[in-house]
Amino acid sequence: MTQLPMFKAFSTLLRRDLLLAFRHRGEMANPLMFFVLVVSLFPLALGPDSRTLQPLAPGIIWVAALLASLLSLEGMFRSDFDDGALELMLLSPQPAPLLVLAKVIAHWLVTGLPLIALAPLLGVLLHLPAQAMPALLITLLLGTPVLSLVGAIGVALTVSIRRGGLLLSLLILPLYVPVLIFAAGAVGDAAHGLQVGAHFMILGAMLVLALSLAPIATGAALRISIG
Amino acid sequence: MWLFFHKLGSPKHFYQLAGRMIPWFAWACALLMIAGLIGGLVLAPPDYQQGDSFRIMYLHVPSAWMSLFIYVTMAVSSAIALIWKMKMADIIAACSAPIGASFTFLALVSGSLWGKPMWGTYWVWDARLTSELILLFLYLGYMGLLVAIEDRRNAARAGAVLALVGVVNVPIIHYSVQWWNTLHQGPTVTKFGQPSIAASMLIPLLLMGLAFTLFYMTMVLIRARTAVLTQERRSQWVRELIEHHE
Repeated sequence: MTQLPMFKAFSTLLRRDLLLAFRHRGEMANPLMFFVLVVSLFPLALGPDSRTLQPLAPGIIWVAALLASLLSLEGMFRSDFDDGALELMLLSPQPAPLLVLAKVIAHWLVTGLPLIALAPLLGVLLHLPAQAMPALLITLLLGTPVLSLVGAIGVALTVSIRRGGLLLSLLILPLYVPVLIFAAGAVGDAAHGLQVGAHFMILGAMLVLALSLAPIATGAALRISIG
Repeated sequence: MWLFFHKLGSPKHFYQLAGRMIPWFAWACALLMIAGLIGGLVLAPPDYQQGDSFRIMYLHVPSAWMSLFIYVTMAVSSAIALIWKMKMADIIAACSAPIGASFTFLALVSGSLWGKPMWGTYWVWDARLTSELILLFLYLGYMGLLVAIEDRRNAARAGAVLALVGVVNVPIIHYSVQWWNTLHQGPTVTKFGQPSIAASMLIPLLLMGLAFTLFYMTMVLIRARTAVLTQERRSQWVRELIEHHE
């Protein structure tokens, strides 16, 4: 039997996951709806005054993005775990971290990218100044992949637990704190017209760190969950 | 050396060795704690600014040390368990978590009690308090994961991965929170050069730190012995032990 080249395996899995996601378009929309709904609850709770909403906008948008990404995470390995496909992937000669990376990237393309596209609209709803919009987009672009990568570890650990959703948030949310701090901080500073290059670099460093370490931990966690 | 490790890895030897070590640790802990408490609560002079309320430091600071120390211990024994598949390392990691969570909680409570007279409020979103709070969440998540997975071996291995992920994140969380906001007084003991604390105040603090460490060791050995007995309840030596007792 000839062995599939590594890159070929990676791209095949990526394409398969994207295809599966497009066949279930309805599910794709759910985290987005959640994102929009959570953000639109805040003006109702805090009052419509733009002076109250404006300073809170970066934090609200980022917390909502964090929760939406958490909500969408659960599905990352679920169906593959249930029908045994995951077990076959881990038994294959390809390195597990590579396959994990393909799945995480597919998941981010389907759930993270639409979130970023929607974010400016929500910024307008919360009266976020226009000069903070680029910062909002860049932090989301750098930050949400970190959320997906780190979250994948938690999903891999809890995939064998029947109702692991609540536990997943307990495991993952503390690990999201650094991303939240720097991302929301950058958007807030940009709204005040300050320099935010340093924030982007730190977020980029986090992304590089997560990109290189998280797939290894996820692969190990999946092996344990499958037993 | 290898033989020693090998023996430590076997539950039976661990059980016997721990049984012999516990009284030593417990007595040393009691003596040091009495000395530290007398030194800290009676002998040390009141602070010129904080008066007597600085004395809560003798509880607060060692608890905070222990909360981090135990997390690192958990991560190290998790690594040992994952790499060398040592049964006892799993048990030590699992038994450490509730103790570490308790110390974290104690550090938070004593910190907020101290904060009331000093800062005028029980809680401020200060960097170190916040990272201690997040550390508590990390402990609780670890314990939640261990409870949720039914198969004990799988639970231990999953917990080990989580502890290692957590220990990579602890410094990142610590520094990002520090950057975010700080109001806490800077470290007084580990400052380079002259520590900015009088020797009469420092010595009891170090004694208390040592006493807390010994307390943790005593507790973790007692818990690990119980865990070993439960886990090995079907093996021959545990049965003999029980018959011997009856």
